[in-house]
Amino acid sequence: MIPTSFDYVAPESLDEAVALLQKHGDDAKVLTGGQSLIPLLRLRLARPGVVVDLRKLSDLGRIESAGEALEIGAAATHAEVMNSAAALEKCPLLSETAGEIGDVQVRNTGTIGGSLVHADPAADWPAAMLALGATMVLSGPQGERAVAAEDFFVGLLESAAQPGEILTGIRVTVPRQPAARAYRKLAQSASGFALAGAAVQLALDGDTIAEARIGITGVAEHAYRPREVEAALTGGALDASSVETACASAAEGVEVLEDIHAGAAYRGHLASVLTKRAVLAAIERAHGHAS
Amino acid sequence: MEITVSVNGKPERRDVEPRLLLCYFLRDVLGLTGTHVGCETSLCGACTVLVDGKAVKSCTRLAVQCDGQEVTTIEGLARNGELHPMQAAFREHHGLQCGFCTPGMILAAVDLVDSGEARDETAVRHGLEGNLCRCTGYQNIVTAVLEAAGSSS
Amino acid sequence: MSGDTSYIGKPVRRKEDRRMIQGLATYVEDVDLPGLHHVAILRSPFAHARIDGIRREAALAFEGVVDVITGEDTTHIGTVPRSTVLPEEVNSPRTPVLAEGKVRFAGEPVAAVVATSKEAARDALELVEVDYDPLPVASEPEAALADGAPVLHEGIDDNLAFDWTLAGGELTWGDARERADRVIEQRLVHQRLAPIAMEPRGVVARFDPGTEETTLWTSTQIPHFVRTFVAIMLSIPETKLRVIAPDVGGGFGSKLNVYREEALLCFLARRTGKPVKWIERRSENFQSTIHGRGQTGDVQVAVTSDGKILGIHYDVLADLGAYHQLLTPAMPAITGLMLSGAYAIPHITIHVRGVFTNRMSTDAYRGAGRPEATYVVERVADLVAAELDMDPVELRQRNFPSEFPYETATGLTYDSGDYVKALNKAIEVGEYAGLRAQQAEARAEGRLVGIGLSSYVEICALGPSSAMPSGGFGWDSATVQVHPTGSVSVLTGVSPHGQGQETSFAQIAADKLGLDLDQVEVKHGDTHAVQYGVGTFGSRGIAVGGVALYRALEQVIDKATRLAAALLETEADQVRFEGGVFHGPDGALAFGEVAFAAHVAKDLPPGFEPGLRATAFYEPENFTFPFGTHLCVVEVDPELGTIDIQRFLAVDDCGKVVNPMLVDGQIHGGIAQGLGQALLERVVYDDAGQLLTGTLMDYAVPKAHQLPRFQTERTETPSPVNPLGAKGVGEAGTIGATPAVVNAVVDALRPLGVRHLDMPLTPDRIWTAIQAAERSKVGAR
Repeated sequence: MIPTSFDYVAPESLDEAVALLQKHGDDAKVLTGGQSLIPLLRLRLARPGVVVDLRKLSDLGRIESAGEALEIGAAATHAEVMNSAAALEKCPLLSETAGEIGDVQVRNTGTIGGSLVHADPAADWPAAMLALGATMVLSGPQGERAVAAEDFFVGLLESAAQPGEILTGIRVTVPRQPAARAYRKLAQSASGFALAGAAVQLALDGDTIAEARIGITGVAEHAYRPREVEAALTGGALDASSVETACASAAEGVEVLEDIHAGAAYRGHLASVLTKRAVLAAIERAHGHAS
Repeated sequence: MEITVSVNGKPERRDVEPRLLLCYFLRDVLGLTGTHVGCETSLCGACTVLVDGKAVKSCTRLAVQCDGQEVTTIEGLARNGELHPMQAAFREHHGLQCGFCTPGMILAAVDLVDSGEARDETAVRHGLEGNLCRCTGYQNIVTAVLEAAGSSS
Repeated sequence: MSGDTSYIGKPVRRKEDRRMIQGLATYVEDVDLPGLHHVAILRSPFAHARIDGIRREAALAFEGVVDVITGEDTTHIGTVPRSTVLPEEVNSPRTPVLAEGKVRFAGEPVAAVVATSKEAARDALELVEVDYDPLPVASEPEAALADGAPVLHEGIDDNLAFDWTLAGGELTWGDARERADRVIEQRLVHQRLAPIAMEPRGVVARFDPGTEETTLWTSTQIPHFVRTFVAIMLSIPETKLRVIAPDVGGGFGSKLNVYREEALLCFLARRTGKPVKWIERRSENFQSTIHGRGQTGDVQVAVTSDGKILGIHYDVLADLGAYHQLLTPAMPAITGLMLSGAYAIPHITIHVRGVFTNRMSTDAYRGAGRPEATYVVERVADLVAAELDMDPVELRQRNFPSEFPYETATGLTYDSGDYVKALNKAIEVGEYAGLRAQQAEARAEGRLVGIGLSSYVEICALGPSSAMPSGGFGWDSATVQVHPTGSVSVLTGVSPHGQGQETSFAQIAADKLGLDLDQVEVKHGDTHAVQYGVGTFGSRGIAVGGVALYRALEQVIDKATRLAAALLETEADQVRFEGGVFHGPDGALAFGEVAFAAHVAKDLPPGFEPGLRATAFYEPENFTFPFGTHLCVVEVDPELGTIDIQRFLAVDDCGKVVNPMLVDGQIHGGIAQGLGQALLERVVYDDAGQLLTGTLMDYAVPKAHQLPRFQTERTETPSPVNPLGAKGVGEAGTIGATPAVVNAVVDALRPLGVRHLDMPLTPDRIWTAIQAAERSKVGAR
């Protein structure tokens, strides 16, 4: 209930923040919304000496259109992404995914960057990041570097962000048009995290799928792209049975998680079903929109 | 460290430990015990308050994060002795029994209505996902929120 | 009753809400005292281990720490009490306040730190060093009964607390089997549940060295019991202990107990000379506040081919946990007593073995033994109906008792009832025939739609002292104190914590005395303000506490009538009290005028005692037996295994109703918990006795979007047991709802060949069952 004692710093600039992290190394934790960090502090599962709060770096909260891309500050809250007109217009999969996260209070406080760095295997954002082919922008002592989403999630609660690095933003290229998208998840009944979740971003071409990118969360140690499914969908027809067949291998080649909430067989099955449902929902929505 | 937080319209300047959670800042430092704490994993929502008008779980926020912000607690909801319509609706529709979840539930519901999310029963039920009640089965709470939403719109 | 009922029967809004909706209520954590110190409790990380040593020096040296105690310091404190009426001998090992040389469940208190701040207490807790020598673990009853199982308590080598059989009825089990056309068998699991009152437990204690009095604030349903038993544990006079239950944030049975921390904090207050506070963290609540249910049994039912149930034989293991709490062994006893359910069953046997396991104790959780019994009987009803291919409605109708009072094979006497009426109302309002037709259409489309019924009966108004599961203390009390101005304080021995009795009791008093509701204040929960009472549990508030109040009101009216007669210069039998006015042949006096006269005492007749106050202790002659039928319609998504509750209709009969709004509220909340058991909730320990559902991230308390809107209907069959005609309603929803849901889901999957599913009906379980059913179909081809 009560965290261990720590020092608190709210740096005025990104450089200052990076310098603080460099100085304190593993002893420092970055705080944005706190929805992942503070429960860990309260249960004393995290015991930092210094908490570096990024709240004064107002640039980190921006969501901006930049030509064919969307730049999302890492400290934008889930609710800000959900309600962003730019996101809704250019990349509605972001808004849809944001709306599925946690609850109202968590969405009001938690940040996209905080969630991504925490890399919870059942978090919602990683699925969308993979489906969108997003790029994570990290700042560290050596300056800025960009990491593709599929290189960003590397293990259980482990992202590619190195100690001393701060995730500052997420860059999303506006999906190829005409586009279709959907996120489908089955929530773990207590936590609201995904037992499994599938985010789908499609490019359509008449009666076929021209391109498919899919991110699956909740099923493995970290979110992943089911490449076989993507390949099977690409160039394929839009009918339910073709889609179902293509999605059957959504958990193939993956070491599926098992816990008291869902066994591996069921989780693997969910990956296929939710992927199928997301693809079909995306298509249906796109057609509804077109007509 | 020293922080200034506006609580229920009144600026409160205090020297606090960085590890102090907002809920205990309100309860122990300011004596506003209407904010309740029911879990340690940010799930029960009993501690919900409004920070800059938005529902937030005060158990999952450091007091120092709120420096310069405005906080509304259940004690600040009634104005000039007049109950907030949400408070009145909870009473009218028997939306509470033991009362422990009630302050957080009411504040979450106020945010829901203010943000236009209390459109219908399904939306209200989803909107209250972050607040647990073990007594009421939620039915009368949902009814109260829908009524308050109707009367305020 | 007097004819005037201007409040009773009406949905009067609650008096307690004013403070609660404004954040002005006082729960234990809100109690603040000058010089308050804080207590943190070190709990065992192991389910079973010897304690070889504890070093407290580092913790004691921590800034702000004033005391650190371990089990060595508390050996003189008596055992945490347990009580039961089980006729058989119950092995009752000592339940120490702090572990003494050995821990027996993960979460057992080992040491306590007292410090000037809660931060210091929490920080110093990490400095207490304990040398544990882990022992083999018996995490489940089966494991605890196995050959060579680890022994939890010295001298109880078989880990059995008791081995109890109840068998009765007009037939023997042998006869029932012989006359039956079939015997149907099924294993049934009642998973462990965590009550999860939204307010965790909390205790504040203060010792006054001048008066040598200890004041204990505790979040409890039974303040007087706590006073009695903590006084016994600490060997102090009961007069020197005052227990206050302030606003209590839900209980559901979890606060119907005497807990280690209550005695511990009193001890620490005296030992340190400081007022001390301990507030349970939610993770502690999961570990060391009682759990409910935890029974696994094999049922056999002997039945004729036309659907007459001749006998039930139930052989069950009760997972008691490591120690007894107050009512631990009583739970399976209640299950046994209630195994006749709503039916006339000529023979019933229950054989219970109560087993010690390396887990937290099980005890009373909303329903307390009846949900287990009802689940057995109602699953049996549907299993039989399915096997005989009979409509479950017809099966139930065929087995209801035909007249009341009805004496069950287990020796209970059902007071009154009309089970047919409740069932018929459910099928009429629910349009059962139409539902079955829709189901047939859905099935033809390959959809999995199910309809489930549950016709329950439960035992309430606990109860006659001689038959109480707590081994007595079945009565309750009330004082009616009329003040000179005519306003009235009601002091009740029950201890409401959400039930709304500050309102419903005021309704009773205001009606009876002809007063406005605002003229009545109901006080409860302070042992120094209220005469001894028993508490709030077992759906007894109105049906026992309310009746005590009724009796006290009658005494007050009787006395006031005699005084009014004297003042009106007539005889008492000439005075009629109606609408708050005493009417004599030649004049009338308002209640307030008589109250004033009683206190002024200037014109009292000779020998008439001044004042106007009465206390009644009411001992019920029997339990009451509320009943009803719940109807549930579900559709299962075969791909995801999820369940959509399309309809939930509850027809409940709780006798006469004082406040229908409160009754509906109780039903709603009860159903939510019943659905929680059916669909979501379970406490899981692993084989090492580690709790895997130790936070709300893993233990699913139902949320608003996971529940449907409930439709509530009532029939009203007054209880002949008490003058209010009330039966009780607090647990009915929980008892009735669970089997209705499970029956509906099993019914949905019936076309696939599924005959039973264990709770909770998680999507994984449903999907797995569907897969297995489809595989076996393929195999059968």
